[in-house]
Amino acid sequence: MAKHKTPLLDQLESGPWPSFVSDIKQEADNRAKNPKGLTHQVPVDCPEDLLGVLELSYTEKETHWKHGGIVGVFGYGGGVIGRYCDQPEKFPGVAHFHTMRVAQPSGKYYNTKFLRDLCDIWDLRGSGLTNMHGSTGDIVLLGTQTPQLEEIFFELTHNMNVDLGGSGSNLRTPAACLGMSRCEYACYNTQDMCYQLTMDFQDELHRPAFPYKFKFKFDGCPNGCVCAMARSDFAVVGTWKDDIKIDQEKVKAYAGGAIKPNAGAHSGRDWGKFDLQAEVVDRCPSHCMKWDGSKLSIKTADCVRCMHCINTMPQALRIGDERGASILVGAKAPVVDGAQMGSLLVPFVRCEHPYDEVKDVIDNIWNWWMAEGKNRERVGETMKRLSFQKLLEVTNTPPSPCHIKEPRSNPYIFFKQEEVPGGWSRDLAAYRSRHQR
Amino acid sequence: MPEDKDIIIEYLKSKESTKSKHYFKDFTDLFPDKGPREVKKLLTQLVQEEILEFWSSGSTTMYGLKGSGKQAGAEGES
Ligand code: HEM
Ligand code: HEM
Ligand code: SF4
Ligand code: SF4
Repeated sequence: MAKHKTPLLDQLESGPWPSFVSDIKQEADNRAKNPKGLTHQVPVDCPEDLLGVLELSYTEKETHWKHGGIVGVFGYGGGVIGRYCDQPEKFPGVAHFHTMRVAQPSGKYYNTKFLRDLCDIWDLRGSGLTNMHGSTGDIVLLGTQTPQLEEIFFELTHNMNVDLGGSGSNLRTPAACLGMSRCEYACYNTQDMCYQLTMDFQDELHRPAFPYKFKFKFDGCPNGCVCAMARSDFAVVGTWKDDIKIDQEKVKAYAGGAIKPNAGAHSGRDWGKFDLQAEVVDRCPSHCMKWDGSKLSIKTADCVRCMHCINTMPQALRIGDERGASILVGAKAPVVDGAQMGSLLVPFVRCEHPYDEVKDVIDNIWNWWMAEGKNRERVGETMKRLSFQKLLEVTNTPPSPCHIKEPRSNPYIFFKQEEVPGGWSRDLAAYRSRHQR
Repeated sequence: MPEDKDIIIEYLKSKESTKSKHYFKDFTDLFPDKGPREVKKLLTQLVQEEILEFWSSGSTTMYGLKGSGKQAGAEGES
């Protein structure tokens, strides 16, 4: 028997999709039955009360969660988020219902032992409810109380060899696509870079001193499986400099229908005969491809590495050999003046272990943003407020046409006096000798 | 550097009656000649020494004197 009546939440279960309401009810049931005979360390019925307080919010259209608090493990300023309910008498099970964030393994590779161990900790010391994964990509453990925090932290770090993630004004849990472990498009080792930078920037991850949050994400190629360009303040996106490698025989095989386009992804419906001209060449965003019926050619100088042609004919076209990444800065969700995608900062950076070139860019950005950023200002907002040119300057990036967004609405990069021979002063008499009034 | 830490503690005590939580930038303003990373080192030491503690909303983090402001106990938590 449900503890609270939840007609509005029940309605959410009626659609064809999986429902978080059903999931919470299932866990409520499981905790009530307690098949493993656990001595639950937080209230057994917290999932019931969670449903109850949510139903109340749906009815009143007001939240009943207070904002934050002094909770955490010793020495860490992030990874634990205090959550207190403002109706503790009605919903005692969730009166204190803190969230813990745990770093996910690079590329999200799990074995079942890890997942079981994690759930064992959380069934005993938490609500049993998890969110795999949070929007940043980390493991989110929902609902525990202060006395459990150090215990959980000890077990995670000592028995499971995993650390808390980021929260608050710090470096957030970095995330990477699975990259070279499975994907032939990977232009650099995303998992390794993600791991290395996580280790190298431990202080920034655990001891918040930034104006606001800061996120790294690593995509191995412009397909962007972790969506770094939209989801992170600092996006590293794989790219290459030289030509796309073309196997002309395979191109012909695609054109003739011997190989299925997109590795067969469009099966299950008849899309008609594959038309190389219409589906690849005409769809190239920079119109840099040509197909004369027997030979495909690409003008590399105009290719914007959109991946479309490679995705369509992966056996015929391959990423180039001179590989690295582009760095884009400043993506964010809409708090101050609207959502923003990352702006290209470094067109090409080499990505070799231990990634010093990438780390130098990061250090420069942080030094600038920590000094100049306002409280609760994302680096993308600082960049807009103080100009993109300033960001180029502090990261020692020479301005280039790559930095121009589009003709006529560009970031207008101006010369500085010291860059111009003779500065701003000029010999007026000499000028007049060449120019009449 | 004991005197630097005292500057931080004195500042927090002087504000305690009106404000228990402070942004990181409030401390960099106390040390115009130091870079943010140096100031962070001082704050980290004070946290390690259990003189300061963090407060977090989940999205933003602030610093305060340990025990100052609303504590878990005041939220009815032991
Ligand atoms: C055969 C001669 C010329 C051609 C074909 C030509 C072509 C163009 C074109 C296509 C643009 C637009 C560029 C863009 O916004 O993307 C332009 C802009 C402009 N042209 Fe010319 N132009 C010629 C001569 C001149 C002369 C003689 C002057 C001045 C005395 C001039 C002054 C300008 C100025 C001031 C702009 C605006 C530049 C800007 O703000 O971006 N043009 N021209
Ligand atoms: C009362 C007289 C004038 C007014 C009110 C005026 C106003 C403007 C305005 C509002 C712009 C656009 C600025 C922008 O895109 O942000 C502009 C651009 C421009 N004006 Fe004028 N203008 C005047 C006279 C002139 C004269 C006499 C010349 C040339 C001899 C001239 C040359 C230009 C050029 C080359 C641009 C393009 C600058 C650029 O795109 O960077 N203007 N003007
Ligand atoms: S982002 Fe690119 S390299 Fe990474 S998994 Fe996706 S397609 Fe592969
Ligand atoms: S990667 Fe994109 S821009 Fe480059 S040739 Fe292929 S379709 Fe054109």
